[in-house]
Amino acid sequence: MSADAPRTLFEKIWDRHVVLRRDDHCLLYVDRHIIHDGSFHAFGKLAKRGVPVRRPRLTFGTPDHYVPTVSRSAADAPTPEIRRMVETFVDNVRAHRVEAFHLDDERQGIVHIIGPEQGITLPGLLLVCGDSHTSTHGALGAFAFGIGQSENEHVLATQTIWQAPQKTMRITVDGRRPEGVSAKDVILAIIARIGAGGAVGHVAEYAGAALRAMSVEERLTVCNMSIEAGARAGMVAPDDATYAYLAGRPFAPQGARWDAALAYWRSLPTDDGARFDREVSLDAAALEPMVTWGTSPEHALPIGAVVPDPANASDAARRQATARALEYMGLAPGTKLEGLPVDRVFIGSCTNSRIEDLRAAAAVLRGRKARIPAIVVPGSGLVRKQAEAEGLDKVFREAGAEWRYAGCSMCVGINGDLGRPGERIASTSNRNFEGRQGKGVRTHLVSPAMAAAAAVAGALADARKLGH
Amino acid sequence: MRASWGTEAVAAQFTTLTAVAAPYDPVNVDTDQIIPARFLKVQRGKDYGRLLFHDLRFGEDGAAKPGFVLNRAPYRDARIFVANANFGCGSSREAAAYAFYDQGFRSVIAPSFGDIFYNNCLQNGIVPVRLPDATCARLRGLVTDRPGTELTVDLVELRVVEPDDTAHAFSVGAFFRELLLRGVDEIGLTLSFADEIEAFERDYARAAPWAGR
Repeated sequence: MSADAPRTLFEKIWDRHVVLRRDDHCLLYVDRHIIHDGSFHAFGKLAKRGVPVRRPRLTFGTPDHYVPTVSRSAADAPTPEIRRMVETFVDNVRAHRVEAFHLDDERQGIVHIIGPEQGITLPGLLLVCGDSHTSTHGALGAFAFGIGQSENEHVLATQTIWQAPQKTMRITVDGRRPEGVSAKDVILAIIARIGAGGAVGHVAEYAGAALRAMSVEERLTVCNMSIEAGARAGMVAPDDATYAYLAGRPFAPQGARWDAALAYWRSLPTDDGARFDREVSLDAAALEPMVTWGTSPEHALPIGAVVPDPANASDAARRQATARALEYMGLAPGTKLEGLPVDRVFIGSCTNSRIEDLRAAAAVLRGRKARIPAIVVPGSGLVRKQAEAEGLDKVFREAGAEWRYAGCSMCVGINGDLGRPGERIASTSNRNFEGRQGKGVRTHLVSPAMAAAAAVAGALADARKLGH
Repeated sequence: MRASWGTEAVAAQFTTLTAVAAPYDPVNVDTDQIIPARFLKVQRGKDYGRLLFHDLRFGEDGAAKPGFVLNRAPYRDARIFVANANFGCGSSREAAAYAFYDQGFRSVIAPSFGDIFYNNCLQNGIVPVRLPDATCARLRGLVTDRPGTELTVDLVELRVVEPDDTAHAFSVGAFFRELLLRGVDEIGLTLSFADEIEAFERDYARAAPWAGR
């Protein structure tokens, strides 16, 4: 490809980060590496090798997966093993002089919440983290992807990563999103349309009028679940909304550096005529609030739909998958999703724990009571502080929901926040896999407003019918 | 640029493997099924083999479920796993690859993989092989109908071979193929490019100072 051929956003960032080529792979420079309390294998391997962290200042850490959400003390971890995970993280970042936001720091939170919040994530950067939802950060126009612990070690040691070439995919969401249809509903509809493996091997760029009209926080929700369609990364071209969001953030460039950055960022959006390997388009106006019925994020339908019948599946593999999912979920074909009794509600996770998410949930819960146990887990200490400044914590508490401290919590459950076997949970997280929220737990993925509506109804409900 | 592939194998090496293959039919198998999250605290020195598919493979009492493929002879000793589309999707947990490795697997064949799981396999001496849907279905059928059937995964010739010599060509990135064939340590290789990385950093700091810290 000639130097001035039209390029996509992704290709521009990729090209800018190539240190060298070897066979079909490129060695890419990593601008930001975010680590968490699950990164212990990488540090263990690094120590064994006796190699230092090459660029500690480009590395940021926060404990999130294993932290208790009932308090800010590791001592409140439910088991000594879980407590040790948080303490090991502290030891590792201190030993390697990596800047980290610990439990006593209001900047602590879920890695994918604090990256954008602190301005660690910026347009045009290459960012990696040992967590699959690193695709979140692409909402700011970064190329961001999840890696394994061996790759973590490689980045710590070399500040680079080997990458195979990627295909590109543009997902265009045109039209106007109806009232009551959230960013979460948009991404669930996309995944239902293309499948859990629909974007494997691709970097997805989200485009179209409906995406442009989204706030940065909404775009973060969309990009977050790119991995649930199998995409290597999800991206949205930076625009004035992005720059307004980033201006003044603690780690964002200031003064002359900001001006230089801005000039470069404005050159990043995909050129007219750039070619994508695959194009998909959706009409936002046709979307409705979504809920998952099965054990893959692709098992999503509008709230007004009924549980599908395996007999109607398009092929044998799908028929089997549907039947198996229904067995695990304890659902019969034809059952109405709306009104399906739910035992518990979780509002949180890197998908939906930002201030706009909490506002959406609070708008439904205000002046109402939750009929079932519900926990609200903000994405960071700063989100928690902001929510309290707006009185949202009071709304949640008065509705009978628990107001927790920041962490991954019931999205992955390894801090001990889990459901009980057989329980049905309406959850704003990203994965409804078997056992994800505890052995035998049945997860229904929904938006924050829909989760709040489920708490009020004690069942899957259409938040639009409750009104604000 | 130096051609420093090195000659001494220090990392996991793979050239060719002929072994019993185990079939697994479900699509979209996520890494939470391959290894439940509660086991992610386990240190790497421990045996992850028993954790592979733990909750599908063992009952509440720890007893092996007789219906699960890896609990049945001869699949219990399989070293090649033949799976279905989007295998290893979801969480980035490298423990999923540790569990396959410790159980004895050195290759996983599927129509498509979760990207991160695919890379984690390469990092742990497991060769992930992408073959078309129909070919994977044929191979799963073959090893289901005739338990104990051995397949050959040949990373030199880039093909999977059935007992009757029917061969299926596959491709894997030339870079990682070379690393695996020679048992090259990837970090050691990258560190040998320290001059190139430093040169990049100098140029980048001049051109995009805002990107640094």
